[in-house]
Amino acid sequence: MTAILPGRRAVLTGIGVIAPNGVGADDFWKATREGRSVLGPVTREGCEQLPLKVAGQVSGFDAEEAVEGRYLVQTDRFTHYAMAAADLALEDARLDREGQPPFGIGVVTAAGSGGGEFGQRELQQLWGQGPQFVGPYQSIAWFYAASTGQISIRGGFKGPCAVVASDEAGGLDALAHAVRTVRRGTDTVVVGAAEAPLAPYSVVCQLGYPELSLATDPERAYLPFSPKASGFVPAEGGAMFVVEDESCARQRGARIRAELAGHAATFTGPSAWAASRAGLAHAIRGALEEARCAPDEIDVVFADALGLPEADRAEVLALADALGEHAEFVPVTAPKAGTGRAYCGAPMIDTAAAVLAMEQSLIPPTPNVTEICHDLDLVTGHARAAELRTALVLSRGLMGSNAALVLRRPY
Amino acid sequence: MTRRVAVTGVGIVAPGGIGAPAFWELLTAGRTATRGITLFDPAGFRSRIAAECDFDPAACGLDEALVARSDRYVQFALAAADEAVRHAGLDLAALDPWRLAVSLGTAVGGTTRLEHDYTAVSGRGAHWAVDHRRADPHLHRAFSPSTLASAVAERVGARGPVQTVSTGCTSGLDAIGYGFQAIEDGRADLCVAGAADSPISPITVACFDAIHATSERNDDPAHASRPFDADRDGFVLGEGGAVLILEELGHARRRGAQVLCEIGGFATFGNAYHMTGLTQEGREMSEAIDRALAHARVDGSEIDYVNAHGSGTKQNDRHETAAVKRSLGSHAYATPMSSIKSMVGHSLGAIGAIELAACVLAMVHHVVPPTANYETPDPECDLDYVPREARPARLRNVLSVGSGFGGFQSAVVLKRAGVAA
Repeated sequence: MTAILPGRRAVLTGIGVIAPNGVGADDFWKATREGRSVLGPVTREGCEQLPLKVAGQVSGFDAEEAVEGRYLVQTDRFTHYAMAAADLALEDARLDREGQPPFGIGVVTAAGSGGGEFGQRELQQLWGQGPQFVGPYQSIAWFYAASTGQISIRGGFKGPCAVVASDEAGGLDALAHAVRTVRRGTDTVVVGAAEAPLAPYSVVCQLGYPELSLATDPERAYLPFSPKASGFVPAEGGAMFVVEDESCARQRGARIRAELAGHAATFTGPSAWAASRAGLAHAIRGALEEARCAPDEIDVVFADALGLPEADRAEVLALADALGEHAEFVPVTAPKAGTGRAYCGAPMIDTAAAVLAMEQSLIPPTPNVTEICHDLDLVTGHARAAELRTALVLSRGLMGSNAALVLRRPY
Repeated sequence: MTRRVAVTGVGIVAPGGIGAPAFWELLTAGRTATRGITLFDPAGFRSRIAAECDFDPAACGLDEALVARSDRYVQFALAAADEAVRHAGLDLAALDPWRLAVSLGTAVGGTTRLEHDYTAVSGRGAHWAVDHRRADPHLHRAFSPSTLASAVAERVGARGPVQTVSTGCTSGLDAIGYGFQAIEDGRADLCVAGAADSPISPITVACFDAIHATSERNDDPAHASRPFDADRDGFVLGEGGAVLILEELGHARRRGAQVLCEIGGFATFGNAYHMTGLTQEGREMSEAIDRALAHARVDGSEIDYVNAHGSGTKQNDRHETAAVKRSLGSHAYATPMSSIKSMVGHSLGAIGAIELAACVLAMVHHVVPPTANYETPDPECDLDYVPREARPARLRNVLSVGSGFGGFQSAVVLKRAGVAA
């Protein structure tokens, strides 16, 4: 590889979404635009007695239809989602894989929870029956690198492969890593994240997060920016994208859906939400600077929207710090209030929504939220028509990461 | 204007010795730290040997509260980071926290604690439904791999890009490679980069048992890890951590830091072949080597030492030998190439960082560490593997390679400090 090459720009040419509110970009966008909330009871076997009552589950996804049997048996649900989302993104990009140089397509994923369901099954085999009952695929299904590895093998992609094993903001870091990989000379990267953190033991592991909402009413469990904010609801799913060098994309006549213009990441400590104000503001400024974007060019913000009063306040203040006066006017939305937070998958789903919003000139609303107790123009109720040239996607993680991404509509 | 990246500090927690001096003493003596597993009772497992760390967190300066909330692998990283910061002579309070990054790798993260607590909440595997009331309040830290970089970032006061990398057994090389890139790109001036893993637990031992990847030489653990030897029968699981302080060269010079070496280049590729299998030809690893060399502006013939992945599995050592020959040509036969896994085992995601730390020390001391236990040549592995004894050598450019589950192939090139770019 090389250092970053001048003049190379990364654009997004394919979108694949496997989200709680829709499998495939069309269904996802329809539900997102309508502000439909799909938060509901956790129905996974073994979760009945656990205190987490509400989550965003993917429905209408048929793994056996989406993934060949030989890949299915050796992978966890999180990798099923990732493989299926990658297929959708590649199909959307209409990439001719035959014509690519042998090391021309890389794979980058982010993972915050790994193959928990597969892992729990094998743990039960080991402790319930004995070491010889652990299957041969445990070594490759549970670990965080499973999705990148399997997407690379299944697609024949020999380019640079990477895995950001991170909290939520790591999703945006993975996208930024893909952008840098393109700028360092790889023409195409398949990038994204999908999570499946709802196996019983995975849920138990999340109960220690003080930010987790244990509310029982799906309409009130996750209400960011509202006076009734009481934490976040976890979710599964995510999105994968095809990111390409702009000139390669133009040469092959690809439909360029967005430019990945700027990104920056900072760290301010786990659950230190007041401190995240400075970290998020710093990340926004860094992303704007890389994108050569003035604050008043931002037409919409897809908020992190953690749903805790202190964290929500910090985010609103960070926007004011970084965008100045423009923060009063810029519309902010949080569609994830209707789907939950799919860890690293959450900012990927937001990125997909931001690209679709720019294409449709429509800001999707924040589901379930009616009252707002912070000083921001949060889009609620119905989608709002608006000319959108530039979108800002924000994400913060429970372990202390903050990240900002600037997306531009192609010119 | 290219930004160059110096290594200014090293910290290590490895089997057979905690801290860089003890580690280096072990390597240059050619001693092995592999033994029967003591961290749990391995009766009933196929492979019952490992390279364990005799690690005392208190002796490494970690207080009780920190130890209580940190998994063993995180403790390794914290101890290694402290040592590296001291070695680099860094005054953390004087640094711009927004320009300080953290990039740490791990393959299996908190699995040891996850497994430990699993047995409590599941009635030792009796039920699929689990009882949350028996769970440890710190369990979410084991669940989130982000904990690794987060804990070290808090320790050193970093506010810049903080990232955990998890590409299986190339995690250590990749984490340091990405830290290098962060400085090269101008996203940070300093990076605490490395890796840690503590995978010696029943589930991980069982999963390598299941695919026959680990050595069964249970009656002779000291000689079980024998990379490149004709009688090798798999790797020996290890644990540990290593951290390098990476620093923009001008930044290091301005503060009068000792520059141990420079990172010249890094590359990684997938083989798109098999999650655990390797090709005969090693084309993808060779591509990683070629690109890392090009990035470093070093010709293959200028490499003075190759630090091998050398896991000691039949296929790996063959694959890697082919890849190095493909990239270095006839020069490969004249270049010492050794595997320190013969002494410290294979600590999965951590080992790439431990190996790079060994390379840095080799360049500083002008000594190539040996491949312990190498006795019987394998016709398919016909390079100079530095059998059993360390060897003095002037090292200008060093190559370290790694190969991991997922098909990942990575390479890092180190250059002697002060060699013009």
